Amino acid sequence: MITIDAVSQTFKGRSGPVEAIRDISLTIGEGEFVTVIGRSGCGKSTLLRMIAGLLKPTAGSVTVAGSPVREPRRDVAMVFQRPALLPWRSVEDNVMLPVEIFGWRKSEYRPRAEHLLEMTGLSGFRKRLPHELSGGMQQRVSLCRALIQSPKVMLMDEPFSALDALTREELAVELQRIHMDLGTTIVFVTHSIQEAVLLADRVAVLSSRPGHLRRVVEIPIPRPRTFGHNAHMEQVAGISAELHTLLLSDDHLQASPQT
Amino acid sequence: MTESRVWSNAVLPTLGVIIAVTLWWLATAVFHIDPFYVPSPADVVETFFRTPGFLLQESWITIQRVLIGFAVAVTLGLVIAVVLGSSRTIERMALPVLAAVNAIPKVALAPLLLVWMGFGDSPKIVMVILVSFFPVIVSTMAGLTSTPADLHELARSLKASWWQTFVKVRLTWALPQVFVGLKVATPLAIIGAVIGEVVNPDHGLGSVIAGSSANSDTALAFVALVLLAVIGVVMFYLVAGLERLLVPWAKAISS
Ligand SMILES: Nc1ncnc2c1ncn2[C@@H]1O[C@H](COP(=O)(O)OP(=O)(O)OP(=O)(O)O)[C@@H](O)[C@H]1O
Ligand SMILES: [Mg+2]
Repeated sequence: MITIDAVSQTFKGRSGPVEAIRDISLTIGEGEFVTVIGRSGCGKSTLLRMIAGLLKPTAGSVTVAGSPVREPRRDVAMVFQRPALLPWRSVEDNVMLPVEIFGWRKSEYRPRAEHLLEMTGLSGFRKRLPHELSGGMQQRVSLCRALIQSPKVMLMDEPFSALDALTREELAVELQRIHMDLGTTIVFVTHSIQEAVLLADRVAVLSSRPGHLRRVVEIPIPRPRTFGHNAHMEQVAGISAELHTLLLSDDHLQASPQT
Repeated sequence: MTESRVWSNAVLPTLGVIIAVTLWWLATAVFHIDPFYVPSPADVVETFFRTPGFLLQESWITIQRVLIGFAVAVTLGLVIAVVLGSSRTIERMALPVLAAVNAIPKVALAPLLLVWMGFGDSPKIVMVILVSFFPVIVSTMAGLTSTPADLHELARSLKASWWQTFVKVRLTWALPQVFVGLKVATPLAIIGAVIGEVVNPDHGLGSVIAGSSANSDTALAFVALVLLAVIGVVMFYLVAGLERLLVPWAKAISS
């Protein structure tokens, strides 16, 4: 579904060029859930924005569903770290925004919007304005807004990172359910190991500055997965420890040349 | 909750006005100020009731000039701001010119307006426009350029056209700031009308003031000033009310 082929990104910063991503290649299958994990500033958002067509790679290429990405496409939806809702639009109208912008028939999509809001437990809040909702609810709205496009691919950039731990887990479980129901291909950026392990079929670990692919870790735990007690505690712990080591050792690599 | 609203929206402002008028009264009484220089509130009320019909009529003339001029200034300001906000090149070229026009002392223009347009309404209305359009432009432009980066990114990721982004995101986002400009422009509009009428008197409260100083009728001048203040306050609250109606979300996200 997504082919990332030898992609690099170098920004022209104020004080010379900043190499954000170096030579990443990764193939993501249809319906696969891949999480991208790495330390702050390692280029996770940059990678996602290149897949979304918001940013052109300085080298290499990205292909989605067989065609090279040059600009944003309608079958690829983005969920941002902050909900990015329009404060004057009701929950329902925020969800309908892509429909309006794409020039689709609104009457056709209203039932779908309603269904999505119901699915995410927001049906009672349809007419509310975003500021009347909690952070978790706002993020659910932005998830619904992405889903209304019926995207083949969803790109999520730390969508739950501004939320408290419990809300985060709740939403992660919900997202897993949506993924199982709809079979959307999802690339999910996070810096939480726990989240990465719970959600992913595979975890792509990036190293810092410049970000490149350090390892891809398979998570062979059957779904649906849950936080806390479950039958695969040991496996989860093992993988988490592995990811932890990978991310930590990256720190040593980075620190040694400087000292 | 409604009780505390009534308290803060109606009772407190009224109380403030009563206190201010009382202080004025006390000052004139305690310091034995000659009513020729500063008349007491009682003198002012008495003077008003000497010719209430005439004064209300003159007020109405001024109000009309202010409203027409203000409406034109706001429309013009919004249109100019939108044009400037849509193109960096135009903005760079036009902004210094507009700022220069705004920097001209408007009083100095009044005699010229007399030459160009003669007596009557038009020079006063033009003065209102000249004095009040700039804050509308500046605030609208500030609003148009303040769209948060994540909303821009959202629009881009949806492949929204320039026009769609402008209408659905930027313009609405700018509204709270537009209202800041409108609130600054409201009193300026009244000042503009009065300048026009004092310099080039025919009708209106500014002309009343000009006439009263010719007759050394200080109390009458004060009546006109009080009426202007009342008009200013009413207009300000109307704009604020409109703001609450149109952008109820603004307060919630700024706090
Ligand atoms: N537009 C830009 N111009 C210059 N440098 C940039 C730009 N965008 C990102 N960078 C740099 O590229 C690097 C990667 O940034 P990116 O935002 O992708 O990191 P990230 O992994 O998403 O971090 P975080 O976890 O904090 O969100 C950083 O060093 C950043 O300073
Ligand atoms: Mg990021």
